[in-house]
Parts: sequence; C-alpha cells; structure tokens
Amino acid sequence: MSFLDDVAVMLGRAPRKAKRHTDAAEIAHGRKRGKGLEVTRLLEVLAAAPKSHTWRNRRWAVLISVNLLFVFSFWLDIQVLEGSLTASRFLGFHLADVYSSGLIMLSEKHVAVNLVIGSATVLLLWGLIGGRSFCSWACIYHLVAEWAESLHLKLAAAGIVSDHVLHRGIRSLLWVLFAALAFATGQALFLTLNPIGILSRALIYGPSLALGWVLLLLAFEVVYSRRAWCCYLCPIGLTYGVLGAATPVRVRYNLERCAHEGECRKVCEVPHVLEMTIKGRAPDTRVDVGPDCTRCGLCVDACPTRSLEFEVKGLSRLL
Amino acid sequence: MSGAVADATKPRLRKQPRRRLSRRQEQRRRILRAALVTAFLLLLHPLAFLPVARRWRLRLRPPGALAETRLLAACIKCGQCVQVCPVEAIHLADVEDGLGVGVPYIDARFQACDFSCDAISCVLACPTGALSHAVARKEEVRCGLARLARPDACLARQGKGFQGLARGVKFQGRLRYEEVDRWNPIPVHDHPYDRELCDLCVLECPIGETALALEPVPDERGVPRMTPTVREGCVGCGVCEMICPQEPTCIVVDERKTWGRA
Repeated sequence: MSFLDDVAVMLGRAPRKAKRHTDAAEIAHGRKRGKGLEVTRLLEVLAAAPKSHTWRNRRWAVLISVNLLFVFSFWLDIQVLEGSLTASRFLGFHLADVYSSGLIMLSEKHVAVNLVIGSATVLLLWGLIGGRSFCSWACIYHLVAEWAESLHLKLAAAGIVSDHVLHRGIRSLLWVLFAALAFATGQALFLTLNPIGILSRALIYGPSLALGWVLLLLAFEVVYSRRAWCCYLCPIGLTYGVLGAATPVRVRYNLERCAHEGECRKVCEVPHVLEMTIKGRAPDTRVDVGPDCTRCGLCVDACPTRSLEFEVKGLSRLL
Repeated sequence: MSGAVADATKPRLRKQPRRRLSRRQEQRRRILRAALVTAFLLLLHPLAFLPVARRWRLRLRPPGALAETRLLAACIKCGQCVQVCPVEAIHLADVEDGLGVGVPYIDARFQACDFSCDAISCVLACPTGALSHAVARKEEVRCGLARLARPDACLARQGKGFQGLARGVKFQGRLRYEEVDRWNPIPVHDHPYDRELCDLCVLECPIGETALALEPVPDERGVPRMTPTVREGCVGCGVCEMICPQEPTCIVVDERKTWGRA
C-alpha cells in the first residue's frame, strides 16, 4: 500500500487490494497456500498460551500518569502540567491542541501567537512520537471508551447488542464541517461538544453536568456502535492521524510470521489499518501499519505469532 | 418471579438467523447511519447557541475578558486561568451556558477577584487572548460596575457601625489584607472588623477612592447620609459585593456594565 493509499483510507475510503505484490511477498503467500489445517492446529497451541497485556499496561500507566499530572499540578500546585488536554503549559512551555486552536483562530479570524506556538510544539512532539499515539497514550476519553468497549463486547457476545458500522468518511466530513461552521458563525461549537475537553476538565476542576453528554456518547458506543467517537467522529483524532502519516513510530507487519488467524483485527479500534493481515493481501513481506493506527499496541499484545511489532524508523537500523 | 417461571415453561425463542446483506446494501446503511449522526450533531448547534442568544445568564468574567460573544469564541476552555488565581475566584461554566461551557466566570459574592496576584495572573495565563493581554494593570480592568442596589439596608446610610466578622464564621472567601500579610490572602473569617461607621466596601476596595468612596448623599427627607458612591475608576472586581456584611448584599456588581453606558 502506498503512502497516499494509507492517507485515503484514513480519510474514509475503503481499503483496496494491492494490485501488485513483491516477489518476496508472492513466495511467502505461496508457501502458505493449502496449509489451513496445519495452521489451525498451530493456533490451538498458541491460543492456549497466556494472553499478554504488556503494551496495554504500559500505555494505561502512561495515560493515567499524564492525566494525574494535570490533576496534581492543580490540586497540589506542583505546576508541572497546567491546564487541560485542550491547552496547557508543560513547565511553562505552551501546548495547545492543534484542531481546537485552528477552530478558535477560524472563528475569531485572528491569529493568536501563543496558540500558534502551542500548536507548533504539539505538532513537533506528536509528529515525532506517533501522531494518533496521542489518542491511545494521552487522551482520557480513549481510556473510558476502552472500558465501554469491553462492556460492548461482553454484551455483544451475549447477543444483547450488536455493532453497527458507520461510513468512515463521516469523520473527514465533520472535520471540514466543524471548521466551516466555526468560520461562518464565529463560534467553535466543537469545543462545546468535545468530550475530551469535558472529561479532562471534569477530572481536574471537578465534575460537571456536561459529563451527561459524555455518558450519552459512551452509551451510544456500548449499545449501538463500537468505539464510534474514536473511530468515526473525532476530528482531533483525525488531525493527529494526519501528523502520524509522517511519524517514525509505527507498528510493522511481518508477513512471513503471520498465521492470518485475525486476532489483531478483533482487538483493533481501527481494523481497516490491518487489512494487510488478511490472507493473500500483504503487498510486501514487511508492511507499515497506516497513519490511522493509534499505536495502542493491542494488536502487538494479541498477535500469537509476533507478526506485529513496534518499530521506530531509522532507529532500529542504527541499533 | 412469576415472569421468570412463565419464561421457563415457554420454549425458547431462537433468534432468526440474520439475512446477509449484500455489500452494496451494507455500504448504503453505513452511509445512512453516518448521515443521521451528522444531522444529530448539527442539530446540537442551535441548542448550544440558545443560552447565548437569549442571554439566560450574564456572568461576571475574569479581568481582561473580551466582549461576551468574542470571549466565548476565543476561549479554548483549558482552565489555566483557574489554576493561577491565588484566591480561587475563577470557575468554569457548565452545560447550562451552552457555548459557554468551560468558559471562566467569577461569583463575586462567594469569592471576588481581589487582585492579590498583583500581576493579573489569569490574563498572563490565558493562551488565547480571550482574557486580553491589553490589560496590564488592575486599574485598566473593566469587569463590570458596582451599584448600591439596596441603599436603605446599607449600614453606613443608617449611620451604623460594624463590629465582628463581615460574613460570619462559615464564610470561605479570602482577601489579602496588606496590613496583615502583604503577599498572601487570608480567610475573611480570620479578620474581624471594628468600624464606628460601616465602610467595609470602601475600606477593602482594591482600587481605592477613585473607584468607591463614602459621600454625603441626601435621603428623601433631605438629610445628608454617608453613602458608598461608585466612581469612574470602578473595575467591577466585586470585592465590595463580597465583603458587604448585610444579607443579601447591599452593593452588587453589574456584570459587563461600563461607565457612562446603560
């Protein structure tokens, strides 16, 4: 899959089968043909192995620490990370959410210097460490949504609810629509709806009635559509995803090891980025997972054959 | 219980196996769902505008705040102003403020801004300029304008003094008393007063006599009575409203009002 294909998939296009495979990939695919039974047996052995939660635990530790740093900076006045997830100061340096800052400047029709500085810092920071890794490693809504998701999966397994997929193009549409509305009306409505801001503020400054909106979203995700906000709606996530197109931190797929049993796609919040793990799809023996990936590492934990692993471009070669 | 028994006797209804949708049907449904969600999110727009358009609630905003609609647009709702305020006067509004959710306000009767930060920290903390950096000194602030709302209840106008705690022992508000501690605000309930003629509002006004002073003003019978009189220097910080010992307060701040305009 080419770079532009990856971006198009993130913006909402359905993943396509690659037209050409490399020779090495052809050989690897060919080697696996007709080995269904053998693989099934292998998988039974692997499935019996204890499930790993290494990356999830590391990620939760980081996510909770970041958000506690916000809380303690206020409560205990340690002044390390002041503000909330929409805008803050880390040891005095401005940090500002790129999409929120953009909306404000569009609605105000005025360039605020501090917002530009804060956004540039965020662009640099998350551009280096993985784009949508903001979502899974820092965003408080992501954590709560993960818990809602596990509830959804339990209820779905019991046949009480079922998942309803939305067309993924809606997120790109909303991204443009919220920006256009901010420009036209002079008010950034998205900041009122933004569950990340609401949750982050509630955590730091105390609970608010606005949490009702967050609960409504979570209920929608539990009952109707799995991970709807993070997967289909959040324009902040899309903004970080665009950053992630160029980031060196990514998950890399190894075709030769893969048994194509699909554990990774079952746990993934954005399974369209893992299309290449379907039997016969991978265009090469090594494929980088696309920019919509949140680098949450659930697939890395879930993969029984260690075919998906974190990779820092350039760094691995240096080591 | 009876329901459970009835269920047990009935043969279990198996769910009908779902009709498999063709790829195009499934795709159409995905688009339909996405369209419905988009429509719903757009419908929320006027709902969020309503409290602003109808001016359901006029709020006292922190120093330097832009005009109301511009403030709502410019504020990124991060709460950095809340964090730096030494007397914790600033709070963030909730959903009933519609678009104003997460925008800072001050409830002066409970805790007014007494400028004990000296530097107007909230303005300095604001990353967006929603609290305008054009304001550098407390004298330049214009949050609103104080007004003697209940002149008949005013102790000064009755010629009465005031002894004791201005707001009682339970009051949580704080003020910086320069003669007690130049740098740190202390609880108002730790600072008893003893005034021959009640002049707490004038005494504690952070701006001084250019903003608020006792002046003899004749009552309806023409007898001059010492009256707290608001002057052009008033910045609308709300300290007079907080410290007034009468319940409810005699002097209030009219949010957003400026000198010479109705």
